[in-house]
Amino acid sequence: MARIAGIDLPKNKRGEIGLTYIYGIGRSRAKDILDKAGVDYNKKVNDWNDDEQGAIRNVISNEFKVEGALRSEVQTSIKRLLDIACYRGLRHRKGLPVRGQRTRTNSRTRKGKRKTVAGKKKAPKK
Amino acid sequence: MGRSIKKGPFVDVKLESKVLSINDGKNKKSVIKTWSRRSTITPDFVGHTFAVHNGNKFIPVYVTEFMVGHKLGEFAPTRNFRSHSGQKK
Repeated sequence: MARIAGIDLPKNKRGEIGLTYIYGIGRSRAKDILDKAGVDYNKKVNDWNDDEQGAIRNVISNEFKVEGALRSEVQTSIKRLLDIACYRGLRHRKGLPVRGQRTRTNSRTRKGKRKTVAGKKKAPKK
Repeated sequence: MGRSIKKGPFVDVKLESKVLSINDGKNKKSVIKTWSRRSTITPDFVGHTFAVHNGNKFIPVYVTEFMVGHKLGEFAPTRNFRSHSGQKK
């Protein structure tokens, strides 16, 4: 079982995929890391030996911000927007989309589950 | 797409000259009234209060160093949403 950056990686996946279970690492970064550590993409996480694990750990800790550190960085940048009360900060505060998307429909990811408003007129049928 | 770095941040010429004249001490105004919502806040602006037009009235904006790089208009909202009828909060 490989533990990297405080996360248990899935044993039976290819290295390239297994690394993406770490927050802050997607496919392209995973490939990048494996290249630098000199490990084959297709090698299963279980089959990494200690040297390879060490190399991968090294690359990640030296070059990328992952997991807790990255999460807190994101939080502080959002906090900054909230504190200066700029437009983006206000949108964060209200839980609405920040980057100018429409809100008449959709944007359910930000707004959460639909809340039905009582007494709202439905569009008349033709 | 972001703005080319070659051009530098955009600031309305008139507004910039006003800010600089206050920084030099030639001008004693404390609040700068402006319609130029499109101007980027540069480090020169820090510590001043701007009255930024939102289409209706002027919103006072005190500029801190965290605001550098944003536009003045971001701090003076143009829309005023007052919740839907029958929505209880």
